[in-house]
Amino acid sequence: MSSTQRDSGASTNSTEAKKTDPRWNEKKCSWASYMTNSPTMIVMIGLPARGKTYMSKKLTRYLNWIGVPTKVFNLGVYRREAVRAYKSYDFFRHDNEEAMKIRKQCALVALQDVRVYLTEEGGQIAVFDATNTTRERRDLIQAFVKENGFKVFFVESVCDDPDVIAANILEVKVSSPDYPEKHRERVMEDFLKRIECYKVTYQLLDPDDYDKDLSFIKVINVGQRFLVNRVQDYIQSKIVYYLMNIHVHSHSIYLCRHGESNHNVEGRIGGDSELSPRGKQFAHALRDFIDEHKLSDLKVWTSQLRRTIQTAEELGVPYEQWKILNEIDAGVCEEMTYQMIQDSFPEEFALRDQDKYHYRYPGGESYQDLVQRLEPVIMELERQGNVLVICHQAVMRCLLAYFLDKGADDLPYMKCPLHTVLKLTPVAYGCKVEMFYLNVEAVNTHRDRPLGKNPRDSALIHRRNSYTPLSSHDQVKRPRLYSAGNQPWLPLAPTPSALMPERLQSQARTGGSCLSPCAKESTLMAAKKLVAVFASE
Amino acid sequence: MTNCPTLIVTVGLPARGKTYISKKLTRYLNWIGVPTKEFNVGDYRRECLKIYKSFEFFRPDNEEGVKIRRQCAMSALNDVRQYLSVEGGQVAVFDATNTTRDRRGTIMKFAEQNGFKVFFVESVCEDPEVIAQNIVQVKLENPDYMNCSSEEAIEDFMERIKCYETSYQPLDEDLDSDVSYIKIMDVGRRYLVNRVVDHIQSRIVYYLMNIHITPRSIYLCRHGESDLNIKGRIGGDSGLSGRGKEFAKRLRNFLEEQNIKDLKIWTSQMKRTIQTAECLGVPYEQWKSLNEIDAGVCEEMMYEEIQEHFPLEFALRDQDKYRYRYPKGESYEDLVQRLEPVIMELERQENVLVICHQAIMRCLLAYFLDKTSHELPYLKCPLHTVLKLTPVAYGCKVESVYLGVESVNTHRDRPENVNVQRSTEDALQTVPAHL
Repeated sequence: MSSTQRDSGASTNSTEAKKTDPRWNEKKCSWASYMTNSPTMIVMIGLPARGKTYMSKKLTRYLNWIGVPTKVFNLGVYRREAVRAYKSYDFFRHDNEEAMKIRKQCALVALQDVRVYLTEEGGQIAVFDATNTTRERRDLIQAFVKENGFKVFFVESVCDDPDVIAANILEVKVSSPDYPEKHRERVMEDFLKRIECYKVTYQLLDPDDYDKDLSFIKVINVGQRFLVNRVQDYIQSKIVYYLMNIHVHSHSIYLCRHGESNHNVEGRIGGDSELSPRGKQFAHALRDFIDEHKLSDLKVWTSQLRRTIQTAEELGVPYEQWKILNEIDAGVCEEMTYQMIQDSFPEEFALRDQDKYHYRYPGGESYQDLVQRLEPVIMELERQGNVLVICHQAVMRCLLAYFLDKGADDLPYMKCPLHTVLKLTPVAYGCKVEMFYLNVEAVNTHRDRPLGKNPRDSALIHRRNSYTPLSSHDQVKRPRLYSAGNQPWLPLAPTPSALMPERLQSQARTGGSCLSPCAKESTLMAAKKLVAVFASE
Repeated sequence: MTNCPTLIVTVGLPARGKTYISKKLTRYLNWIGVPTKEFNVGDYRRECLKIYKSFEFFRPDNEEGVKIRRQCAMSALNDVRQYLSVEGGQVAVFDATNTTRDRRGTIMKFAEQNGFKVFFVESVCEDPEVIAQNIVQVKLENPDYMNCSSEEAIEDFMERIKCYETSYQPLDEDLDSDVSYIKIMDVGRRYLVNRVVDHIQSRIVYYLMNIHITPRSIYLCRHGESDLNIKGRIGGDSGLSGRGKEFAKRLRNFLEEQNIKDLKIWTSQMKRTIQTAECLGVPYEQWKSLNEIDAGVCEEMMYEEIQEHFPLEFALRDQDKYRYRYPKGESYEDLVQRLEPVIMELERQENVLVICHQAIMRCLLAYFLDKTSHELPYLKCPLHTVLKLTPVAYGCKVESVYLGVESVNTHRDRPENVNVQRSTEDALQTVPAHL
């Protein structure tokens, strides 16, 4: 399908442009995408500096990551296209007839682009980011939506805390293209007057009467309170859940892989091997790194594979094990080197290079599967404060892709070297990344994208499960590696501490390995062990 | 305040679905592994009073009634304290009307003294049809109305509601702005959520926002008999046997007869469920999370072989089948975790047929029928049998339909001897017959 990209009027970010094509192919749909039938328009509502664009971009990033093609249409961008030079807040006065005409025209153009995106370009969700503060404007949008057979969901942000508003203005408006001179006080003054212009005609959503049949969420005071009305379907329920879990408090997320493992050294993928000597060194270096950064209340998460657990053990702080952070399951290729895979399964090897994101190892997983399994991790990371996630290459790529808004094409080739910590700090509308190499040598496990244009093989598109009529042969299913093994004499398998009153130490035990079992069982919990892997507050 | 127990407090007039929500929420939380218990103050009152005469007991000017009711509430709170502080419970659901700010203040003080977090769940509904429906469905069966006719019961109950109405102070956006709560309006048409402070509250809110009371049925069945089933081997990814294919055909007929409105069909991503669904001739959706439990090193083995190669593992599994994790595989506990999104989606949906596997079906069934982790791994889920679950009153009606196609039995009961030193004979005592 074609992906005619519009000029700057349509796209808000440069990355938007290359997203529509790879994200849409109805046979490659993610689960989330399958569950969404008619296209949906999300309409933001609120005075300026209420976080509409922040929520729009974040939501779009999340939806794209879980595989639902989504795009933001920011009316400000259209307006700046139409009116080259912004002079002052006078443009926004509601009695400025000429300006009103231009603004309405921009809205109509934007809506046309929305229509094209949702009906011709394969988009599933369009986020219409504008103030939409009058009933008149919202009625216009509803008529448009009805005419085109879309669903509509409103997101209204209401905030009367002057500190929050001032902070918003400073963080994102001062650097807006509208204010090239960036003189703070003048920007603040003009912008506050701009807000006043809107206040005059602002008609809030009225859940009791006028708007009682609409589907919407009202976000009040940056998530302190929510009013949710008539959620229609799966995707709206996920949007509501997401919006209710994000916050704006500053925090940092640290992502790193386990220390170098024995399999890494041998060039083998997957498996459940232990740290090499250099890997252990890294674990020590990581401990120093954490001490240096003096992170308050840092949560540490690992997978349930030995190599991440061993890394965390060295830190001397409580940590939680998440099974869903385990490395991608390479099925029949587990524990092989790339050379062995090429020798034993040359067709599979080639298929993977053609479409690394969707390719599923026979008896194993694909990156697309990983994203689905990691979604609760992302949701919990959004809820949390400072977190260090010690995980694996493929897993880290998926998490990073969420934070840095990378598409399916780029995700499987992101560079996540061993012994390097990435610090992600949300800032303005995006994420600041700092990379810390902890100075312990390690092998390089990164395999670049192969050169030359690989034709998309149609066989791959139809493969949706480990069983397909097109799979090359009846494979022997190799055992999948999940846990760090069971201690033979203790029937209770290790579980994450999650909601238990006492934070438990590492619980990895293996028969005769070097890991020392040091789990403390709270006797009160013995009766019913907790399963949830979600981190506690 | 990390990891402190949570006290969920229901708020609302009678017949607003508080007990329905309490029981459902308790069932869900227990299933995902959070020890939860509900405390229904009405039960305490029935224990105390023994005989219910009429709504007069609930009149606000009935001094003795007021005294007894307050005592019952205190008694219930004491049991809550016992459960959360001593018995290791994590969440307690305090199910009562709690319609006055005064009563809620008392509860919040109690919680603060004991180090519990409080989360209110208020149900507000003015739709007379819904209220009438509630009364008919659950109040008529109530011990309070055992000895009167339906009309008498309804009349009395409506008077009872009136007793509460005058003093009802709903949670207020301004007066209660510091309190954590969710207000459910008109059976889920609208929600007001205030100050969710932690993970468990966020999960509770998400769950409550996804459940509904539209009548529907959930059909659970396993794939048709597979080739590995016949050989007595577990796991693997084999195709259907001849009898399995016959089952798929019968399933198709069954569904046509049932004439189910907008039925959704879900399968796992393994051959045997997909092949079963293929025969139905209608669209279906594949969920990886519905795949059978991964038996790790024991995949595709017969029980006899497991006993031969891994006698210790085999015994350990019998000792604690719910928590036991196959080496390099999964446990039932892991399954529950991976099935949680499936349950959430089942709650959102209406009519669904889930074609899955033995261990999976046991987990799903345990959720709907509120089975404990001890019972779960031994629930009977035979091949070629469809279970129809219909939510009714506070629980679930189950109808079992055997589609008349013979198959092997794959159910292995817990043997008497689970000692690791047991003999092979003892270990294999309960293994079902196979080729």
